[in-house]
Amino acid sequence: MNKLPNSMSGGIGLITLLGIFGKALLQSTKLERGLHSQPSQGGSGFFHLSQSSLSLDAFFGFSPIADLVVAAAVFVAAVAVGMANNRMTGLLMLALAALSICSAASIFRPVSDSHRSAALELFSPADGSFASLEEAYEALRTFEILGVEKKGDVSAATCPSVTSVLGSSSAPKELFYALKVNSILKCNVDDTSFEVVASRLKAVVSDASSLLDFYYSIGGLLLIKDQTSGVEVLLGDAEGTFQSIKALSQSDGRWRYSSSNPESSTYAAGLALEALAGVISLASPEINPSMIRTVKNDIVKLFDSIEKYDDGTFYFDEKVVDAREHRGPLSVTSSVIQGLTAFASVTSESITLPEDRILGLAKFFLGIGIPGDAKDLFNQISSLACLENNRVSIPLILSLPSTVLSLTKKDLLKVKVNTVLGSNSPPLKVKLLRAFSSVSKDAPVIESQELKYDPGSTFHSLVLPETIDVGSYIFVFELALQDSEDVNTYATGGQTQIPIYITGVMKIENAAVAVLDSDLGTVDTQKSLNLDQENDVSLSANHLQKLRLSFRLSTPRGHTYKPHQAFLKLKHETKVEHIFVLKISGKQFELVLDFLGLVEKFFYLSGRYDLQLTVGDAVMENSFLLPIGHVELDLPEAPEKAPHPPLQPADLSSRYGPKAEIAHVFRIPDKRPPKELSLSFLGLSLLPLLGFLVGLCRLGVNLKNFPSSVLPATFAMLFHGGIAAVLLLYVLFWLKVSLSLLASIRLILSFVLALL
Amino acid sequence: MARSSGDDAQALFHSLRSAYAATPKNLKIIDLYVAFAVFTALIQVVYMALVGSFPFNSFLSGVLSCIGTAVLAVCLRIQVNKENKEFKDLPPERAFADFVLCNLVLHLVIMNFLG
Repeated sequence: MNKLPNSMSGGIGLITLLGIFGKALLQSTKLERGLHSQPSQGGSGFFHLSQSSLSLDAFFGFSPIADLVVAAAVFVAAVAVGMANNRMTGLLMLALAALSICSAASIFRPVSDSHRSAALELFSPADGSFASLEEAYEALRTFEILGVEKKGDVSAATCPSVTSVLGSSSAPKELFYALKVNSILKCNVDDTSFEVVASRLKAVVSDASSLLDFYYSIGGLLLIKDQTSGVEVLLGDAEGTFQSIKALSQSDGRWRYSSSNPESSTYAAGLALEALAGVISLASPEINPSMIRTVKNDIVKLFDSIEKYDDGTFYFDEKVVDAREHRGPLSVTSSVIQGLTAFASVTSESITLPEDRILGLAKFFLGIGIPGDAKDLFNQISSLACLENNRVSIPLILSLPSTVLSLTKKDLLKVKVNTVLGSNSPPLKVKLLRAFSSVSKDAPVIESQELKYDPGSTFHSLVLPETIDVGSYIFVFELALQDSEDVNTYATGGQTQIPIYITGVMKIENAAVAVLDSDLGTVDTQKSLNLDQENDVSLSANHLQKLRLSFRLSTPRGHTYKPHQAFLKLKHETKVEHIFVLKISGKQFELVLDFLGLVEKFFYLSGRYDLQLTVGDAVMENSFLLPIGHVELDLPEAPEKAPHPPLQPADLSSRYGPKAEIAHVFRIPDKRPPKELSLSFLGLSLLPLLGFLVGLCRLGVNLKNFPSSVLPATFAMLFHGGIAAVLLLYVLFWLKVSLSLLASIRLILSFVLALL
Repeated sequence: MARSSGDDAQALFHSLRSAYAATPKNLKIIDLYVAFAVFTALIQVVYMALVGSFPFNSFLSGVLSCIGTAVLAVCLRIQVNKENKEFKDLPPERAFADFVLCNLVLHLVIMNFLG
């Protein structure tokens, strides 16, 4: 068979894989950062084709991994298809694989009810109360943001620990979290306790040297300020505190935890920004604006170290991995966002950051879906809450409820625009700039359409025009805010690319299977097929004829369509299978099997071959795998050196079922002489005995010497009796009496005999 | 000279017979017993030749019993014979007792081997 497509497809698949690895390397060295604004193309087309869009959308949060998995899947599939000897489909798949080297577009959805149910599940305390105040705060804040009703009476369980912590002299961290919980639960804490706590915290602020001390104490004072008005919380030496926090900053925008610790961390930068924001709001008199401007420069430098994924998400991560406490990108990014938004809210000056960064950060949090860990969920939700109403720019998320649209069902293209927590966007228009096929990249199919807004369902929708046919496309959307003031407040993200699949029910017509005579091409028998149901066509052919199967496939719009899979399988009675690919010629799909050339491939097996037709594609709603009928094939006899058909898998019941019963053949008993002969010889062997006795008489044997007096007679009797008994014993033994019994008796008798 | 060889054979035979007649009676009895035993063995061998040697152990035990008892009888004859200078001091009863005992042992083994 053709070995070339095998190695070719395998080789190109390998190059694809290397290409994706190379791209991942490029990305990691940040050379692509400048190219980010390029519209992404391809959209990992093939991988989409083999799975539903819903599962994909959840998958796309981890883009580089998605890329590698896609590449691996494509490579494996390419090799597999190469093995199936289908050059056309293999190349098509490899073309799609090449496209997947480009960055992937993906869809982000705002916070939804699934987050709420996950929160209820993850944050339910084990026995009504939380393990620590920090966890209690995380749970309560998440419920508060998501609008989830607290289960059970959490206040009753948690308030006592809050009051006890605030009453006793605990560490600043404990006080901080107790105050945080109190701000949500609003337990009854009286002003005197607040005063004691406030004075303690102020003392900590004045002697603090580490960033965490500053953070907890200033945060605590800020919380007290929000919860009660009767307590004096303003900082005396606000500028000095500001300076000491600022002194821990590094030139690249990150912060150190303390002056003794040389390692700097991005997470600490977030904490520091939040602490500085607290200092500014607690300062009386106001802090010098020039100091605030230096912090703004720090923020800009910090954002230089931002990292990004392919699909437009941005995040922060630690450069140096701390062995003691590993903070993943989620908690680091969350900390930076909290610091940034807190700082932005206290300054009157605006912090200008590129709009795509804030949107990218929002997409990072939305892209992780529903985290399975309570801390991750808290980080995600609290960061999104900070982004929802921040003073830098509020991200707007464009999402589609479904990216698979059916032409047959006349689905509308529906788009929703929300803030990150799911609330409504400001008035805007959604424009479909263009839609082009993800495979061919020709001129766009749709250009410059505006979607209609439905206030009732808050969807922007569009009816798919007649020009668009089934297939996979990339739709490019753009948001246009209607209020010109909103442009500075909101981040719309420019052009958004979304892969869309348009599916439909294909029409199959003119399906027929025929047997042709080889030489002239005339039709011997022809049967038409109805491919909406199973057929049972019966044909017969010999090795000089050909089998032709043909049909026409057209889309709902009437164009000829080439599906991804079109196979005919011939299965012999002995379960040997052969698969052939149908090729498109003009408007028809056709397969001509010339049996003369296929005799050797069929292993010279004549008999009944079942026909099975498979036609399928991702955008074809009525893909089918149908038995068509059977063909009786008459092939010539196999020559001596013919290859044997491959072994079929053994029938399991024959291998593991009970085996046939074994009939035991016993040893043939030896031939015995006939009974008469044996008996005659028995008599014959007694003759010498008689001869002996007769001879004794003739010799005149003296038998008169038997003693007659008592004592000698007794001994003589015993003597003869003993010998007789021994002989009797032997006879008994031969008649199968136990030997041990015999042996003991014999022993006694022999002793008696010896005495005599 | 054929006449003389035939006469010589007859004369030899006669002299043997008369010499044998002079042996004591007990020795004759023993000789008869030996002949009886050997004959029985011969009959068993003929039987085996006819029907094959299965079971071989039975055949062996039968034949050896006969031969063994013949051998013991010969030993007895040697010991009892008054003209034998070697066993002059051995009382014939003692020899006979040995004969009986050895026969009993032999027949114990034979009975076990008979199968």
